[in-house]
Amino acid sequence: MSVLVYTESEKGSLKKIAFEVASYGKAVADQLGTTLTAIAINADDTSELGNYGVDKVLKVTQSDLETFNAKAYAAAIQQATEKEGTKVVVLSSSVNSKYLAPLLAINLNAGYASNVLEAPSSTSPFVVKRTAFTNKAYEMFQINTEVKLLGVSKNTFGLHENKADATPEDFSISLPELGVHVESVDKASNKVSIADAEIVVSAGRGLKGPENWGMVEELADVLGAATACSKPVSDLGWRPHGEHVGQTGKPVASNLYIAIGISGAIQHLAGINASKVKVVINTDPEAPFFKAADYGVVGDAFVVVPQLIEKLKAFKAQQ
Amino acid sequence: MKILVCISHVPDTTSKINFTADNTKFDTNGVQYVINPNDEFGLTRSMWFKEKQGAHVTVVNVGGPETEPTLRKALAIGADAAIRVNTPATDGFSVAKQLAKVVQDGGFDLVIAGRESIDYNGGMVPGMVAGLTNSNFVNNCISLEVDGTSATVIREIDGGKETVSTSLPLIIGGQKGIVEESDLRIPNMRGIMMARQKPLTVVDPISIEPETASVSFDKPAPKGAVKLVSPDNLDELINLLHNEAKVI
Repeated sequence: MSVLVYTESEKGSLKKIAFEVASYGKAVADQLGTTLTAIAINADDTSELGNYGVDKVLKVTQSDLETFNAKAYAAAIQQATEKEGTKVVVLSSSVNSKYLAPLLAINLNAGYASNVLEAPSSTSPFVVKRTAFTNKAYEMFQINTEVKLLGVSKNTFGLHENKADATPEDFSISLPELGVHVESVDKASNKVSIADAEIVVSAGRGLKGPENWGMVEELADVLGAATACSKPVSDLGWRPHGEHVGQTGKPVASNLYIAIGISGAIQHLAGINASKVKVVINTDPEAPFFKAADYGVVGDAFVVVPQLIEKLKAFKAQQ
Repeated sequence: MKILVCISHVPDTTSKINFTADNTKFDTNGVQYVINPNDEFGLTRSMWFKEKQGAHVTVVNVGGPETEPTLRKALAIGADAAIRVNTPATDGFSVAKQLAKVVQDGGFDLVIAGRESIDYNGGMVPGMVAGLTNSNFVNNCISLEVDGTSATVIREIDGGKETVSTSLPLIIGGQKGIVEESDLRIPNMRGIMMARQKPLTVVDPISIEPETASVSFDKPAPKGAVKLVSPDNLDELINLLHNEAKVI
């Protein structure tokens, strides 16, 4: 009966979203008066899950699950769900979790809600609040199936500490025929990804050309941030597509989003407004971004950003 | 190769989002509809397969008659035929079930859909179609090559990309990158004229018990005014981010 959360890891370490998903799962388990089980795949140390309310951890350690495969991972979570007799399964909103979720939903005959913001407003009927229309609206969404599958939005429910045992239990998975095989992975290991970043520094056409991105990268370095860009910048080929954030690009849900020389088109704002705090730096005080931002600097990025870098370096040195 | 491109009929990206009927229905008043951008990238890629590899391209939508102009636009861009499953698109699971039936009846080898629609953002239809038809599935596709029955796909992952090999029948969740923005095609007059002659078949839906339902909608509260900091006083910005917002 227990609630099941899939706690993601990378290179053996649990990701921060694993603890957020566990925190969410604990809230649902409390509402339903049941316990919380996590499934972790090739994670070395899972004891920290005990700080976020996880009673039991099904630990899967298999070399054939070393690289992510949506069908294989969906099968793993399905087998854990069946073992536990789970009625509510909770995933994150990572690219991988969103990839496997619909496959899992079909396997479990489960209704699936993605982009969930809050603990269920009611468990009978089962209703959750999710975002829709690319963050321009909220939807109250009812799931009628016996098993429910939820994908929790990043950085919204937050981390909530609850002491529990996180008792590890070895669990092995029988794999289906996969059909999709990873040939190669191209991932910059020294850079923070937009998905994992607490801070994102983003720039737009106001920077006039790709040769001016040095200061954006330096600002990101000082803050330990990921770099991103607006749609026109990626369409012009100034920056790689993987940096494009907005409605048709990547969503951003960071703690801090700094927009430099981005006017704030409605499609851009939709993609980034799940970020908690937004700062805009723009020469044009009429730029729509100022209506969406928490803090703003009306000024020339070529003057403001280098000064901000120096001041932040001094600030960081004092910390 | 028989390709099916799934087309979602969605409000234009600049639309103001409002609700009616006590916040239970999307307000279509004054809203312009377009091909879902994530689907349009896939449709454009399918044109390449048509021109270079002789593929036959069918577009499909689950929806009422009001979605036909969107299907005609896809025909004007170059698709060969269109199918409309005549039922409102109420929820992702039901749409996936209707599409799975079309895929099976039509014997399609390759199905290209967008990773998500920009209206409900469910992000579930392509994966569910794959699950229901027992096909291979790659999401967040930013490059797609097909050679015979083998396919090489690049998918975007957090912080990078991954190349996978797979085979047909294959379902793709596409996004920008599968073609570039500059590759998108605007229908020309000839395309629009030809689209009128192309078959648009209306098929009856199958009966489905929906798994989920929209109860109501709500809009985010209006944001408070921005706090402006002088460019000559950036220490104040750092102070606000550190002490007030607590994000650095």
